[in-house]
Amino acid sequence: MEENWNLARKRNSLYIRAAMIQAIREFFIDKDYLEVETPSRIPGPAPECHIDAIPSDGWYLHTSPELCMKRLLAAGYPRIFQITRCFRGEERGSLHIPEFTLLEWYTSGADYFRMMEECEELIVHVALSLGHEGKIHYRGKEIDIRTPWERISVKDAFMRYSTVTMEKALKDDCFDEIMIREIEPRFADTNRLVFLYDYPVAMGALARVKKTDPEVAERFELYMGGLELANAFSELTDPAEQRARFEEELKNRRASGRVVYPMPEKFLSELINMPESSGIALGVDRLAMIFTDSASIDDVVAFTPEEL
Amino acid sequence: MYSASDLRKNLKIQIVIVEFTFSKPGKGQSLYRCKLKNMINGNQFERTFRSVDTFEPANLQEKKMQYLYEEDSQYCFMDTETYEQVYLTDDQVGDAKNYMSDNLDVEILFFGEKPLGITLPNFVDLTVTKAEPWAKGDSVTGRTKPVEVETAYVLQVPPFVEEGEKIRIDTRTGEYLTRVKE
Repeated sequence: MEENWNLARKRNSLYIRAAMIQAIREFFIDKDYLEVETPSRIPGPAPECHIDAIPSDGWYLHTSPELCMKRLLAAGYPRIFQITRCFRGEERGSLHIPEFTLLEWYTSGADYFRMMEECEELIVHVALSLGHEGKIHYRGKEIDIRTPWERISVKDAFMRYSTVTMEKALKDDCFDEIMIREIEPRFADTNRLVFLYDYPVAMGALARVKKTDPEVAERFELYMGGLELANAFSELTDPAEQRARFEEELKNRRASGRVVYPMPEKFLSELINMPESSGIALGVDRLAMIFTDSASIDDVVAFTPEEL
Repeated sequence: MYSASDLRKNLKIQIVIVEFTFSKPGKGQSLYRCKLKNMINGNQFERTFRSVDTFEPANLQEKKMQYLYEEDSQYCFMDTETYEQVYLTDDQVGDAKNYMSDNLDVEILFFGEKPLGITLPNFVDLTVTKAEPWAKGDSVTGRTKPVEVETAYVLQVPPFVEEGEKIRIDTRTGEYLTRVKE
Protein backbone atom coordinates (compact mmCIF):
# COMPACT_ATOMS: atom_id res chain seq x y z
CA MET A 1 0.00 0.00 0.00
CA GLU A 2 1.07 3.55 -0.82
CA GLU A 3 2.07 5.81 2.10
CA ASN A 4 -0.73 7.95 3.59
CA TRP A 5 -0.34 11.01 1.41
CA ASN A 6 -2.40 13.28 3.61
CA LEU A 7 -0.02 12.63 6.50
CA ALA A 8 3.14 12.70 4.38
CA ARG A 9 2.39 16.12 2.91
CA LYS A 10 2.09 17.66 6.41
CA ARG A 11 5.68 16.77 7.24
CA ASN A 12 7.10 20.25 7.04
CA SER A 13 4.23 21.78 9.04
CA LEU A 14 4.46 19.18 11.78
CA TYR A 15 8.20 19.86 12.18
CA ILE A 16 7.60 23.61 12.45
CA ARG A 17 4.75 23.03 14.89
CA ALA A 18 6.99 20.95 17.16
CA ALA A 19 9.77 23.56 17.09
CA MET A 20 7.22 26.26 17.86
CA ILE A 21 5.92 24.43 20.94
CA GLN A 22 9.53 23.90 22.06
CA ALA A 23 10.14 27.66 21.76
CA ILE A 24 6.98 28.43 23.74
CA ARG A 25 8.16 26.16 26.59
CA GLU A 26 11.61 27.78 26.56
CA PHE A 27 10.08 31.23 26.85
CA PHE A 28 8.05 30.39 29.95
CA ILE A 29 10.70 28.31 31.67
CA ASP A 30 13.20 31.18 31.13
CA LYS A 31 10.75 33.54 32.79
CA ASP A 32 10.30 31.34 35.86
CA TYR A 33 6.87 30.05 35.03
CA LEU A 34 5.89 26.65 36.37
CA GLU A 35 4.53 24.23 33.81
CA VAL A 36 1.42 22.54 35.20
CA GLU A 37 -0.94 19.79 34.10
CA THR A 38 -4.60 19.78 35.10
CA PRO A 39 -7.25 17.11 34.36
CA SER A 40 -8.92 16.99 30.96
CA ARG A 41 -12.00 15.41 32.46
CA ILE A 42 -13.84 17.64 34.95
CA PRO A 43 -17.30 17.78 36.60
CA GLY A 44 -18.25 20.82 34.51
CA PRO A 45 -16.67 23.63 32.49
CA ALA A 46 -16.78 27.29 33.49
CA PRO A 47 -20.39 28.18 32.63
CA GLU A 48 -20.33 30.27 29.47
CA CYS A 49 -23.31 30.74 27.21
CA HIS A 50 -21.76 29.88 23.86
CA ILE A 51 -19.16 27.24 24.74
CA ASP A 52 -20.37 23.62 24.69
CA ALA A 53 -18.47 20.87 26.49
CA ILE A 54 -18.35 17.27 25.27
CA PRO A 55 -19.83 14.84 27.86
CA SER A 56 -17.55 12.14 29.25
CA ASP A 57 -18.98 9.43 31.50
CA GLY A 58 -21.14 11.79 33.56
CA TRP A 59 -18.54 14.57 33.59
CA TYR A 60 -17.19 16.70 30.74
CA LEU A 61 -13.97 17.11 28.79
CA HIS A 62 -12.56 20.52 29.70
CA THR A 63 -13.15 23.38 27.25
CA SER A 64 -10.13 25.16 28.76
CA PRO A 65 -8.02 24.54 31.87
CA GLU A 66 -9.15 27.86 33.35
CA LEU A 67 -10.93 26.71 36.54
CA CYS A 68 -8.15 24.36 37.70
CA MET A 69 -5.38 26.83 36.84
CA LYS A 70 -7.07 29.54 38.86
CA ARG A 71 -7.35 27.19 41.82
CA LEU A 72 -3.57 26.75 41.54
CA LEU A 73 -3.13 30.53 41.47
CA ALA A 74 -5.32 30.80 44.57
CA ALA A 75 -3.16 28.17 46.29
CA GLY A 76 0.00 30.24 45.86
CA TYR A 77 1.41 29.35 42.45
CA PRO A 78 1.85 32.87 41.05
CA ARG A 79 3.22 32.15 37.55
CA ILE A 80 1.93 29.07 35.76
CA PHE A 81 1.52 27.87 32.19
CA GLN A 82 0.02 24.83 30.49
CA ILE A 83 -0.10 23.48 26.95
CA THR A 84 -3.07 21.14 26.77
CA ARG A 85 -5.71 19.58 24.56
CA CYS A 86 -9.15 21.11 24.97
CA PHE A 87 -12.49 19.99 23.58
CA ARG A 88 -15.48 21.96 22.34
CA GLY A 89 -18.59 20.49 20.80
CA GLU A 90 -20.14 21.65 17.52
CA GLU A 91 -17.11 23.66 16.44
CA ARG A 92 -15.74 22.69 13.05
CA GLY A 93 -14.44 24.85 10.22
CA SER A 94 -11.17 25.97 8.70
CA LEU A 95 -10.28 27.67 12.03
CA HIS A 96 -12.02 25.24 14.38
CA ILE A 97 -11.56 21.62 15.31
CA PRO A 98 -13.35 19.99 18.26
CA GLU A 99 -10.09 18.74 19.83
CA PHE A 100 -7.48 21.51 19.79
CA THR A 101 -4.43 22.69 21.70
CA LEU A 102 -4.51 25.67 24.04
CA LEU A 103 -1.62 27.46 25.69
CA GLU A 104 -2.88 29.06 28.85
CA TRP A 105 -0.82 31.14 31.25
CA TYR A 106 -1.43 33.26 34.35
CA THR A 107 0.61 35.96 36.04
CA SER A 108 -0.32 37.31 39.43
CA GLY A 109 0.17 41.01 40.01
CA ALA A 110 -0.47 41.78 36.32
CA ASP A 111 -3.43 43.31 34.51
CA TYR A 112 -4.52 42.85 30.90
CA PHE A 113 -2.33 45.68 29.58
CA ARG A 114 0.73 44.04 31.10
CA MET A 115 -0.48 40.79 29.53
CA MET A 116 -0.51 42.44 26.09
CA GLU A 117 3.19 43.19 26.50
CA GLU A 118 3.96 39.64 27.56
CA CYS A 119 2.05 38.39 24.52
CA GLU A 120 4.25 40.56 22.31
CA GLU A 121 7.40 39.19 23.96
CA LEU A 122 6.24 35.60 23.52
CA ILE A 123 5.35 35.83 19.82
CA VAL A 124 8.54 37.75 19.01
CA HIS A 125 10.58 35.11 20.87
CA VAL A 126 8.88 32.24 19.05
CA ALA A 127 9.25 34.00 15.68
CA LEU A 128 12.97 34.55 16.29
CA SER A 129 13.48 30.92 17.30
CA LEU A 130 11.88 29.89 14.00
CA GLY A 131 14.06 32.29 12.04
CA HIS A 132 11.65 35.20 11.50
CA GLU A 133 12.95 38.62 12.37
CA GLY A 134 10.57 41.58 12.23
CA LYS A 135 8.09 40.00 9.87
CA ILE A 136 6.28 36.79 8.99
CA HIS A 137 4.86 35.81 5.61
CA TYR A 138 1.28 34.67 5.91
CA ARG A 139 -1.22 34.10 3.12
CA GLY A 140 0.55 36.37 0.66
CA LYS A 141 1.06 39.17 3.17
CA GLU A 142 3.97 40.30 5.28
CA ILE A 143 2.89 40.60 8.89
CA ASP A 144 4.95 43.24 10.67
CA ILE A 145 5.64 41.85 14.15
CA ARG A 146 7.67 44.77 15.46
CA THR A 147 6.29 45.95 18.81
CA PRO A 148 4.27 47.69 20.11
CA TRP A 149 1.31 46.27 18.23
CA GLU A 150 -1.92 48.12 17.56
CA ARG A 151 -4.36 48.51 20.42
CA ILE A 152 -7.98 49.47 19.78
CA SER A 153 -11.01 49.27 22.05
CA VAL A 154 -14.12 47.43 20.90
CA LYS A 155 -16.09 50.69 21.08
CA ASP A 156 -13.57 52.48 18.86
CA ALA A 157 -13.46 49.56 16.43
CA PHE A 158 -17.23 49.79 15.98
CA MET A 159 -16.92 53.58 15.49
CA ARG A 160 -14.14 53.21 12.96
CA TYR A 161 -15.17 50.14 10.97
CA SER A 162 -18.87 49.50 11.44
CA THR A 163 -22.07 51.22 10.34
CA VAL A 164 -23.45 51.05 13.90
CA THR A 165 -22.11 51.76 17.38
CA MET A 166 -21.28 49.00 19.86
CA GLU A 167 -24.27 50.02 22.01
CA LYS A 168 -26.64 49.80 19.05
CA ALA A 169 -25.24 46.43 17.97
CA LEU A 170 -25.81 45.08 21.49
CA LYS A 171 -29.34 46.49 21.63
CA ASP A 172 -30.22 45.03 18.20
CA ASP A 173 -28.62 41.68 19.10
CA CYS A 174 -26.21 41.70 16.15
CA PHE A 175 -22.84 42.21 17.90
CA ASP A 176 -21.35 38.88 16.73
CA GLU A 177 -22.62 39.31 13.16
CA ILE A 178 -21.10 42.81 12.88
CA MET A 179 -17.89 41.51 14.39
CA ILE A 180 -17.43 38.81 11.73
CA ARG A 181 -18.82 40.77 8.78
CA GLU A 182 -17.47 44.27 9.32
CA ILE A 183 -14.72 44.34 11.95
CA GLU A 184 -12.68 41.13 11.79
CA PRO A 185 -12.16 41.45 7.99
CA ARG A 186 -10.43 44.79 8.63
CA PHE A 187 -7.95 43.04 10.92
CA ALA A 188 -7.29 40.55 8.12
CA ASP A 189 -6.52 43.45 5.76
CA THR A 190 -3.86 45.05 7.94
CA ASN A 191 -0.29 43.75 8.16
CA ARG A 192 -0.19 44.66 11.86
CA LEU A 193 -1.14 42.61 14.90
CA VAL A 194 -4.10 44.03 16.76
CA PHE A 195 -5.22 43.88 20.38
CA LEU A 196 -8.98 44.45 20.50
CA TYR A 197 -9.85 45.31 24.10
CA ASP A 198 -12.63 46.30 26.54
CA TYR A 199 -15.51 44.01 25.63
CA PRO A 200 -19.10 44.42 26.88
CA VAL A 201 -19.34 42.97 30.40
CA ALA A 202 -21.74 40.21 29.25
CA MET A 203 -18.97 38.90 26.95
CA GLY A 204 -16.35 38.33 29.60
CA ALA A 205 -17.92 36.16 32.29
CA LEU A 206 -14.61 35.69 34.11
CA ALA A 207 -13.13 39.15 33.52
CA ARG A 208 -12.96 42.08 35.92
CA VAL A 209 -15.19 45.10 35.19
CA LYS A 210 -13.24 48.21 34.24
CA LYS A 211 -13.29 50.75 37.08
CA THR A 212 -13.50 53.77 34.76
CA ASP A 213 -16.21 52.27 32.54
CA PRO A 214 -18.61 49.79 34.20
CA GLU A 215 -20.11 48.81 30.82
CA VAL A 216 -16.99 46.97 29.77
CA ALA A 217 -14.83 44.15 31.11
CA GLU A 218 -11.02 44.11 31.04
CA ARG A 219 -10.71 41.56 28.27
CA PHE A 220 -8.73 41.54 25.03
CA GLU A 221 -8.43 39.42 21.93
CA LEU A 222 -5.27 39.27 19.84
CA TYR A 223 -5.66 39.20 16.05
CA MET A 224 -2.80 38.17 13.78
CA GLY A 225 -3.20 37.88 10.01
CA GLY A 226 -6.96 38.02 10.53
CA LEU A 227 -6.91 35.03 12.90
CA GLU A 228 -8.23 35.48 16.40
CA LEU A 229 -5.31 34.05 18.29
CA ALA A 230 -5.71 34.67 22.00
CA ASN A 231 -8.19 35.81 24.63
CA ALA A 232 -7.12 37.44 27.91
CA PHE A 233 -8.62 38.96 31.04
CA SER A 234 -7.72 40.92 34.07
CA GLU A 235 -9.18 38.13 36.15
CA LEU A 236 -12.31 38.60 38.20
CA THR A 237 -11.40 37.75 41.82
CA ASP A 238 -14.63 38.64 43.62
CA PRO A 239 -16.47 35.35 44.42
CA ALA A 240 -19.91 36.95 44.83
CA GLU A 241 -19.71 38.76 41.53
CA GLN A 242 -18.29 35.67 39.82
CA ARG A 243 -21.22 33.59 41.07
CA ALA A 244 -23.71 36.18 39.78
CA ARG A 245 -22.01 36.23 36.36
CA PHE A 246 -22.08 32.42 36.14
CA GLU A 247 -25.76 32.45 37.13
CA GLU A 248 -26.44 34.86 34.27
CA GLU A 249 -24.60 32.59 31.80
CA LEU A 250 -26.46 29.52 33.07
CA LYS A 251 -29.78 31.37 32.80
CA ASN A 252 -29.00 32.16 29.16
CA ARG A 253 -28.02 28.55 28.50
CA ARG A 254 -31.26 27.32 30.04
CA ALA A 255 -33.29 29.84 28.00
CA SER A 256 -31.72 28.71 24.74
CA GLY A 257 -32.26 25.02 25.53
CA ARG A 258 -28.59 24.15 26.02
CA VAL A 259 -27.07 21.88 28.67
CA VAL A 260 -26.94 23.65 32.05
CA TYR A 261 -23.60 22.93 33.74
CA PRO A 262 -23.13 22.51 37.50
CA MET A 263 -21.99 25.62 39.38
CA PRO A 264 -18.21 25.22 39.98
CA GLU A 265 -18.51 25.46 43.79
CA LYS A 266 -14.93 24.43 44.68
CA PHE A 267 -13.55 27.05 42.32
CA LEU A 268 -15.87 29.71 43.75
CA SER A 269 -14.97 28.89 47.35
CA GLU A 270 -11.22 29.14 46.64
CA LEU A 271 -11.47 32.26 44.44
CA ILE A 272 -11.31 34.48 47.53
CA ASN A 273 -7.62 33.54 47.85
CA MET A 274 -6.76 34.33 44.24
CA PRO A 275 -4.47 37.36 43.90
CA GLU A 276 -5.05 40.10 41.32
CA SER A 277 -3.84 38.49 38.14
CA SER A 278 -4.14 38.29 34.40
CA GLY A 279 -4.59 35.14 32.35
CA ILE A 280 -4.68 34.30 28.70
CA ALA A 281 -5.55 31.39 26.39
CA LEU A 282 -3.77 31.19 23.06
CA GLY A 283 -4.72 28.84 20.22
CA VAL A 284 -1.59 26.81 19.52
CA ASP A 285 -3.00 25.33 16.29
CA ARG A 286 -3.79 28.77 14.91
CA LEU A 287 -0.33 30.06 15.81
CA ALA A 288 1.05 27.03 13.95
CA MET A 289 -1.11 28.01 10.95
CA ILE A 290 0.66 31.35 10.87
CA PHE A 291 4.19 29.97 11.18
CA THR A 292 3.49 27.32 8.51
CA ASP A 293 1.54 29.71 6.23
CA SER A 294 -1.48 27.37 6.29
CA ALA A 295 -5.03 28.29 5.28
CA SER A 296 -6.71 25.62 7.39
CA ILE A 297 -6.30 24.24 10.88
CA ASP A 298 -6.43 20.77 9.23
CA ASP A 299 -2.97 21.45 7.77
CA VAL A 300 -1.26 21.77 11.17
CA VAL A 301 -2.66 18.74 13.01
CA ALA A 302 -1.58 15.23 12.06
CA PHE A 303 -5.14 13.88 12.18
CA THR A 304 -8.53 15.54 11.88
CA PRO A 305 -11.60 13.72 13.27
CA GLU A 306 -12.72 13.04 9.69
CA GLU A 307 -9.46 11.16 9.00
CA LEU A 308 -9.74 8.76 11.94
CA MET B 1 -35.41 19.20 9.41
CA TYR B 2 -31.83 20.53 9.50
CA SER B 3 -30.31 22.80 12.12
CA ALA B 4 -27.57 25.30 11.37
CA SER B 5 -24.87 22.92 12.60
CA ASP B 6 -25.82 20.53 9.76
CA LEU B 7 -25.01 23.16 7.12
CA ARG B 8 -22.32 22.23 4.64
CA LYS B 9 -21.44 22.84 1.01
CA ASN B 10 -23.91 21.37 -1.51
CA LEU B 11 -26.66 20.82 1.07
CA LYS B 12 -29.98 21.43 -0.66
CA ILE B 13 -32.62 23.41 1.23
CA GLN B 14 -34.80 24.93 -1.52
CA ILE B 15 -31.57 26.75 -2.10
CA VAL B 16 -28.17 25.20 -2.53
CA ILE B 17 -25.20 26.23 -0.39
CA VAL B 18 -22.44 27.34 -2.74
CA GLU B 19 -19.94 28.52 -0.16
CA PHE B 20 -19.89 27.93 3.57
CA THR B 21 -17.80 29.34 6.44
CA PHE B 22 -18.08 28.47 10.13
CA SER B 23 -17.27 31.48 12.35
CA LYS B 24 -17.22 31.97 16.08
CA PRO B 25 -16.00 35.32 17.35
CA GLY B 26 -14.27 34.86 20.74
CA LYS B 27 -16.81 33.98 23.47
CA GLY B 28 -19.53 34.70 20.90
CA GLN B 29 -22.02 32.42 19.25
CA SER B 30 -21.50 30.04 16.36
CA LEU B 31 -22.30 31.71 13.06
CA TYR B 32 -22.67 30.04 9.70
CA ARG B 33 -21.90 32.35 6.79
CA CYS B 34 -23.32 31.03 3.56
CA LYS B 35 -23.30 31.98 -0.06
CA LEU B 36 -26.57 30.60 -1.37
CA LYS B 37 -28.09 29.98 -4.75
CA ASN B 38 -31.75 29.72 -5.53
CA MET B 39 -31.86 26.44 -7.43
CA ILE B 40 -34.82 27.45 -9.59
CA ASN B 41 -33.75 30.88 -10.87
CA GLY B 42 -30.01 30.71 -10.17
CA ASN B 43 -29.89 33.96 -8.15
CA GLN B 44 -27.06 34.10 -5.62
CA PHE B 45 -27.14 35.82 -2.24
CA GLU B 46 -25.36 35.78 1.13
CA ARG B 47 -26.74 35.09 4.58
CA THR B 48 -25.45 34.43 8.08
CA PHE B 49 -27.29 31.90 10.23
CA ARG B 50 -27.18 31.21 13.98
CA SER B 51 -27.17 27.75 15.54
CA VAL B 52 -30.83 28.11 16.58
CA ASP B 53 -31.95 28.49 12.94
CA THR B 54 -33.58 25.45 11.31
CA PHE B 55 -34.22 24.47 7.70
CA GLU B 56 -36.53 22.17 5.78
CA PRO B 57 -34.73 19.87 3.35
CA ALA B 58 -35.43 20.63 -0.30
CA ASN B 59 -38.52 18.91 -1.65
CA LEU B 60 -36.69 17.60 -4.69
CA GLN B 61 -36.06 14.24 -6.28
CA GLU B 62 -32.67 12.77 -7.09
CA LYS B 63 -32.28 10.31 -9.95
CA LYS B 64 -29.29 8.12 -10.77
CA MET B 65 -27.97 9.04 -14.24
CA GLN B 66 -24.83 8.64 -16.29
CA TYR B 67 -22.71 11.49 -17.62
CA LEU B 68 -22.39 11.24 -21.41
CA TYR B 69 -20.68 14.28 -22.91
CA GLU B 70 -20.31 18.06 -22.95
CA GLU B 71 -21.07 20.19 -25.98
CA ASP B 72 -21.17 24.02 -26.11
CA SER B 73 -21.17 24.16 -22.28
CA GLN B 74 -24.23 21.91 -22.10
CA TYR B 75 -23.69 18.74 -20.09
CA CYS B 76 -25.68 15.70 -21.13
CA PHE B 77 -26.80 12.97 -18.69
CA MET B 78 -28.77 9.79 -19.39
CA ASP B 79 -31.11 7.59 -17.38
CA THR B 80 -29.60 4.15 -18.11
CA GLU B 81 -32.97 2.40 -17.74
CA THR B 82 -35.25 4.64 -19.81
CA TYR B 83 -32.50 6.20 -22.01
CA GLU B 84 -34.09 9.58 -21.27
CA GLN B 85 -31.52 12.40 -21.62
CA VAL B 86 -31.32 15.73 -19.77
CA TYR B 87 -28.97 18.70 -19.99
CA LEU B 88 -27.39 20.92 -17.33
CA THR B 89 -25.71 24.27 -17.95
CA ASP B 90 -22.13 25.10 -17.10
CA ASP B 91 -23.39 27.14 -14.16
CA GLN B 92 -25.56 24.30 -12.80
CA VAL B 93 -22.70 21.82 -13.01
CA GLY B 94 -20.23 24.19 -11.35
CA ASP B 95 -17.00 22.70 -9.95
CA ALA B 96 -18.36 19.17 -10.47
CA LYS B 97 -17.08 19.30 -14.05
CA ASN B 98 -13.52 18.94 -12.69
CA TYR B 99 -14.35 15.36 -11.71
CA MET B 100 -16.68 14.19 -14.48
CA SER B 101 -15.24 11.61 -16.85
CA ASP B 102 -17.46 9.99 -19.49
CA ASN B 103 -19.94 7.38 -18.20
CA LEU B 104 -19.57 8.50 -14.55
CA ASP B 105 -22.62 7.59 -12.44
CA VAL B 106 -24.01 10.68 -10.70
CA GLU B 107 -27.23 11.82 -9.01
CA ILE B 108 -29.18 14.46 -10.92
CA LEU B 109 -31.46 16.67 -8.89
CA PHE B 110 -34.95 17.41 -10.23
CA PHE B 111 -37.64 19.91 -9.36
CA GLY B 112 -40.59 18.21 -11.06
CA GLU B 113 -39.37 17.58 -14.62
CA LYS B 114 -36.67 20.25 -14.48
CA PRO B 115 -33.06 19.14 -13.83
CA LEU B 116 -31.35 21.56 -11.43
CA GLY B 117 -28.08 20.21 -10.20
CA ILE B 118 -25.72 17.34 -9.67
CA THR B 119 -24.38 15.30 -6.76
CA LEU B 120 -21.12 13.47 -7.38
CA PRO B 121 -19.85 10.31 -5.71
CA ASN B 122 -17.39 11.22 -2.92
CA PHE B 123 -14.50 9.61 -4.80
CA VAL B 124 -13.70 9.45 -8.49
CA ASP B 125 -10.82 7.81 -10.36
CA LEU B 126 -9.28 9.89 -13.14
CA THR B 127 -6.35 9.34 -15.49
CA VAL B 128 -3.33 11.64 -15.29
CA THR B 129 -2.83 13.21 -18.73
CA LYS B 130 0.02 15.62 -18.02
CA ALA B 131 2.78 15.23 -15.44
CA GLU B 132 6.44 16.12 -15.16
CA PRO B 133 8.50 12.92 -14.97
CA TRP B 134 9.62 11.85 -11.50
CA ALA B 135 13.16 12.97 -10.81
CA LYS B 136 14.42 9.88 -8.99
CA GLY B 137 16.55 11.82 -6.54
CA ASP B 138 13.47 13.67 -5.37
CA SER B 139 12.27 11.24 -2.75
CA VAL B 140 11.68 13.77 0.02
CA THR B 141 8.48 12.73 1.76
CA GLY B 142 5.70 15.27 1.54
CA ARG B 143 6.87 17.09 -1.56
CA THR B 144 4.24 17.74 -4.27
CA LYS B 145 3.99 18.47 -7.97
CA PRO B 146 1.05 19.62 -10.12
CA VAL B 147 -0.52 17.22 -12.64
CA GLU B 148 -3.42 17.53 -15.04
CA VAL B 149 -6.11 14.84 -15.27
CA GLU B 150 -8.37 13.89 -18.17
CA THR B 151 -10.98 16.54 -17.25
CA ALA B 152 -8.26 19.27 -17.51
CA TYR B 153 -8.40 19.72 -13.74
CA VAL B 154 -5.01 20.48 -12.16
CA LEU B 155 -4.12 19.31 -8.66
CA GLN B 156 -1.14 18.65 -6.39
CA VAL B 157 0.04 15.04 -6.04
CA PRO B 158 3.11 13.20 -4.68
CA PRO B 159 6.14 13.35 -7.03
CA PHE B 160 6.00 9.62 -7.91
CA VAL B 161 2.66 9.92 -9.78
CA GLU B 162 3.28 9.52 -13.51
CA GLU B 163 1.46 10.27 -16.72
CA GLY B 164 -1.07 7.59 -17.69
CA GLU B 165 -1.68 6.46 -14.10
CA LYS B 166 -5.11 6.53 -12.53
CA ILE B 167 -5.54 8.47 -9.28
CA ARG B 168 -8.39 8.68 -6.78
CA ILE B 169 -9.65 12.17 -5.95
CA ASP B 170 -11.96 13.25 -3.11
CA THR B 171 -14.64 15.32 -4.89
CA ARG B 172 -15.52 17.17 -1.67
CA THR B 173 -12.07 18.65 -1.23
CA GLY B 174 -10.62 18.26 -4.73
CA GLU B 175 -7.56 16.58 -3.21
CA TYR B 176 -5.49 13.58 -4.24
CA LEU B 177 -5.97 10.45 -2.14
CA THR B 178 -4.03 7.58 -3.70
CA ARG B 179 -2.98 5.88 -6.92
CA VAL B 180 -5.38 3.27 -8.30
CA LYS B 181 -4.02 0.03 -9.72
CA GLU B 182 -6.15 -1.39 -12.52
